[in-house]
Parts: sequence; C-alpha cells; structure tokens
Amino acid sequence: MSLDISFIGILIGSIMASSVPLILAASGELITERSGVLNLGVEGMMIIGAISGFALMVITDNLFIAIIVSMLSGVIISLIFGFLTQSLLTNHVATGLALTIFGIGLSAMLGRDFVGIPGKDFPILFSSLRESIPFFGPILFGHSIVLYFAFALPFLTNYFLKNTKLGLIVRAVGDSPVSASNQGINVIMVRYCCILYGGGMCGLAGAYLSLIYTPQWIENMTAGRGWIALALVVFATWSPIKVLIGAIIFGGISILQLHMQAVGFRIPVQFLIALPYLMTIIVLVVISRDSRKIKLNTPTSLGRIFYKEK
Amino acid sequence: MEDLLIRIEKRNDVPTTLYFFTPFIAIILTIIGGGIIFYALGFNPAEALKFYFITPISNLYGFSELLLKATPLCLIAIGLSFCFKSNNWNIGAEGQLTFGAIVGGGVALLFYNQEGFYILPLIIIAGAIGGMIFALIPAILKTYFNTNEILVSLMLVYVSKLILDYLVVGPWSNPEGFNFPETRQFSDSSRMPLLFDGLRVHAGIFIALAAVLVSWFVLYKTYLGFQIKVSGLSLKTAKYAGFKGKTMILIVFMISGACAGLAGVGEITGPIGQLHRMISPDYGFTAIIVAFLGRLNPFGIIFASLVVSLTYLGAETAQIFLQIPQYTGQVFQGMILFFLLASDYLLFFKVKILSLKKNELGH
Repeated sequence: MSLDISFIGILIGSIMASSVPLILAASGELITERSGVLNLGVEGMMIIGAISGFALMVITDNLFIAIIVSMLSGVIISLIFGFLTQSLLTNHVATGLALTIFGIGLSAMLGRDFVGIPGKDFPILFSSLRESIPFFGPILFGHSIVLYFAFALPFLTNYFLKNTKLGLIVRAVGDSPVSASNQGINVIMVRYCCILYGGGMCGLAGAYLSLIYTPQWIENMTAGRGWIALALVVFATWSPIKVLIGAIIFGGISILQLHMQAVGFRIPVQFLIALPYLMTIIVLVVISRDSRKIKLNTPTSLGRIFYKEK
Repeated sequence: MEDLLIRIEKRNDVPTTLYFFTPFIAIILTIIGGGIIFYALGFNPAEALKFYFITPISNLYGFSELLLKATPLCLIAIGLSFCFKSNNWNIGAEGQLTFGAIVGGGVALLFYNQEGFYILPLIIIAGAIGGMIFALIPAILKTYFNTNEILVSLMLVYVSKLILDYLVVGPWSNPEGFNFPETRQFSDSSRMPLLFDGLRVHAGIFIALAAVLVSWFVLYKTYLGFQIKVSGLSLKTAKYAGFKGKTMILIVFMISGACAGLAGVGEITGPIGQLHRMISPDYGFTAIIVAFLGRLNPFGIIFASLVVSLTYLGAETAQIFLQIPQYTGQVFQGMILFFLLASDYLLFFKVKILSLKKNELGH
C-alpha cells in the first residue's frame, strides 16, 4: 500500500463520513442531557429515523421529504419518552431502555417490505472540486449537505449553550431545576423541548445511515452507534466541541480498522472491531477519576425526576 | 349539565396490592397495543394475537419451550434485582452471560472426549465465575474510578461478543468442522439432563428456582438484603448508617454476573450443546424488563419470566405463520415496559374524578 498524500486525503474524508451519525446523535443527546434528562433511547430513535427515512425515500422518491420525515419520526418516538419521564415521572434509565428495545423491534416490523431494495444516490456537493484538488479535495468537498450540517452543529450547539438566553435556560434547568422553576421557568416544558430536539437529531443520524452512508435498509443497521453516541457525550464531558473531536476519533478507529484488515494486519479482526468500545471504557475511566473535572460540566440534576407540587 | 373535574393528588404511601396489580394492567395494555399495531400493519389483530399468545403454548412441546426460554430470563432477572434494588444500573447482563458461556464452554471443550459425573458441575461453576469476573469490571471501575456503570457494562457486551466470535472462528473452532464458526459438540456428560424425553426443557430450571429461593432469603432475611434495600431507597441514609457502600456494590454486581453466567452455561449445555456466535437472543437485555415486570420480587420474577418468554415464542410463531420479522417480540417487550412504567403513576398519585353539577360551582 502506498501511503501517498492523496490516499490520506481520501482516508480523512471517509473518517469524516463515518463520524457524522455519531456527531448528530451525540449533539442532540447533549442538549437533552444538559437539560437534566438522561435518554438511553438513542439507539432506538436512530433506528426509527433510519427506517422511516428509507421507507419515505422508496415511497415518495424524494430525498428531502425522506430526511424531514426521519427527523419527525425521531421527534414522535422521543415524545413517548418525554411523556413518560416528564408527565408520568418514570425512571429515565428504564424508560430509555424500553425505547431502544421498542424502537429496534418496531423498525424491523415496519421495514419488512424494504429489505433488499437498493437505495438512491444522495446528491453530493462540489463534486468537481473533490477531484481537482489533490489532498484537500476529498476532505473538504464532495460530501452530502448533512455532513456539512453535522460538522457545523457542535459549534452551533456551543454557541447556543454559551451565548444565548435559551441556552442559559437549558443549562439552568439541568443544573438546578428547583431554582429555575422558582424563576418562573417551565422546567417540564424546557425538558420536553430538549427531548424532542434530541429525538429529531437522532432521527437524522439514522437517516444518514440508511440514505447516505450505506443507502439501504438492514435490520438493526445502527449496530450500537447509538450507544457509542451516548458514551461520547460523557467522553466529551458535555462539551459540544469535544463531542466533535470524540466522534472523529471513534469514526477514525472504525475506518482504520477496515483498512488494517485489508492490509492483513496480524491482529484478530474482532480485536480491532472492539477497539472503539474499549477506548470508550478507558476514556470514561480517565475522565471519571478526577471527580472535579467531571463535575464541572455534568448537569447536576441529570437523570433525576423533577416534580412540582401544584 | 355536569362538569368533570379531575384532580391529581400525591399519595403518601404506596398500596401494596396496587403495586403488584399494575403489572397485569401493563400486560393487558400491551396486548391491546399489539393488536392495534397488527391492525395498522394490515393483519387481522385477533388472529395475529392468537398466533402470538395462544398457539405457542397450545401443546406440550410449546409449554416446554416456554419453560426453556423462561429459565435464563428468570435467572438473569433474579441477579439484576440485586443490582437494581441497590440503585446499581448493570445493563450488561448480556455480556456477563456471554463471558460465562465462554468460560464454561472452555471447560466443556477441555473434556470434549471424556465422560464423568464431575464434568457438568465444573462447567456450571466455571460459568458462574466467568460471569462474576466480567461483572466485576464495571463494579470495580464504578467503586474505585467513579466510572458510570451503565456505559461500561454496556460496552463490555460488545467486547464479550467479539471475544466469543474470535474464539469460535479461531482457536476454539471445530477442527473437523469445515471452518464453520462453531466449536466441537460437548460430550454427553457436559449436557444438562433433560427432564422429559423429546422435550428441550432441562435441569437448568432447578438452578433458576434455587436462585429464586436463595435470593428471597438473602433479600428479605439477611443483613445484606437489608443493606441493599436501604441503599436503594436512600444512599444518604445508607452512608449515615455506616454501610460499606463499595463492598456492597461489588457484591451485587458479583451476584448479578454469576446469575447471568449461569444462564449462559445453561444455554450452551442445554439446548445448544456447543459454542457458536448466536448463543443468546438478547436474554440479558430482555431480563431487565423481566426484573421490572416482576417488581424486583423473586416470585414476581418467575411470573414475569413466563410472560416475557411467551413474547419470544410468539415472535417465532408469528414469523412462521405471518411472515413478520422475529424482532417484533421486542415491540411487545418494549411496550410492556412502557406501560408498566406508565402505570406506576397510579402508585404515586391518586387520580380523583369529581363530578359536579354546574350550580355547585357557585354560578
């Protein structure tokens, strides 16, 4: 294998593509968690987004509608979670698990007529520039619009949380729901919005998989990416920019693993596939050891039920 | 003219009868919800539900299958109830099951050409130890490194499945197996004795029942059980009472891992008889639902494991007769948990419906 410069450019481009679903899902979940809600249903919301996006693409032949519907279906399915945890005050962990199990089952049920149907080419932007510029071409150009959106999202999220009034409200609700409530903020309402937003982003992440990354429908095709996205939020200590960095690292591992297999690296394939999971554990241990560090950004009320006497 | 006034009040204490009654409400709502989904997908709901919940257990073979699948679910859920009662979120039982099966299966492969009464007990012990060790990883990381046990135990599920995959395609694959991803068949002494000829239900069910009794005793009759329950209700109280929090976390994870490991060896020495990639249809995850549906109560868990086992069988029958993917079992499992959690609202809040005449409102 020749490690020439253009190959490295293509490699980086493919690493970016593989990190997109992680960035989208983790950025969405980050907002949810910042408001104090722990939604373990990421995997379930992603897979629902994947099937509904793909199904709508097949039915309407319109990729725009497909993307919009995938986000809407993510919103709708997260509404179940929102209703249970916010209005019926159920345990976040158990409800999120139920959402994942339910989502995987429902997606297979809905997707039974869509298995084996080939996907459609998703339009890519600046494809001519991709070919003409040697190293930077494949990195910067020739991607779908969703990828550009995903790479902008962490910066937008960061700006939203740090520089806007709404962002401040979200953080206040996550850190001290009681004080926020006393200030006249409708805590439940804010949390509902954050849950639905997270659902929409997870739906989009799923649609990226089934419409752009590997354009087809396969049962259980999210293959644990939702759980990695969840880990990524902790990995990033709830900071949007670090989510981006983490997602590129994880995307990178999964791409390198494929290339190392192709080159015939003398390491069992399974070990390479396990790397992202092991990395997550190691990083979790490293960042969690210092309790001050993790407490700095952790939403104080994360996963706790908020109930206001009426 | 009558107006309905709905008032919601917080209950001061949870009525026990309602606590054990709401799971039944959840099951009924799940069946109704399932009917609606089948109808939406274009099936006759009555017929589809019949294939789901009645056909599978309408003969002796089906009943044996029900017990066969309930066995690992019950065992794992019993273990999980220790963790959940003490507020430890071990959701990686699937990984502990897999690792238990790997260790137990390794012992079985050592004795693949030998017979002897001592082989099966050795395998069972090895499996329990394997699961226990694997559960200790998230427990140790939680106690000494403050690491989130939910994520670690979950990540380890993928790791254990990849270890199993590596072993069955690589070093442990059957030398006469034409490169199929599976090990040798275990010897007859390595297999769980069958209870009845021609039926697959095996002696593992006694391990599950023993676990039920032991866990009931530990949880309700010992000091450890008391500590677990107090820690679950209030960590501050537990600390104030001077309970050794760290030791307890390690113990509940070990119990939970051992139970999952036992479930794993039960599968490979029972119906499967060798190691291959698909040793568990996500029993470790489904058992979380079983634990909740059984209200973390040992006897409740027996009942819940039978109900959830039926969703597995139903999914298989529905796949054969209605050609719908087997994953639909998960739709029912997810719904059960949704409805169960939702009905908990009734436990903590009283919903009063007052009917008032218009003129009584003061107008």
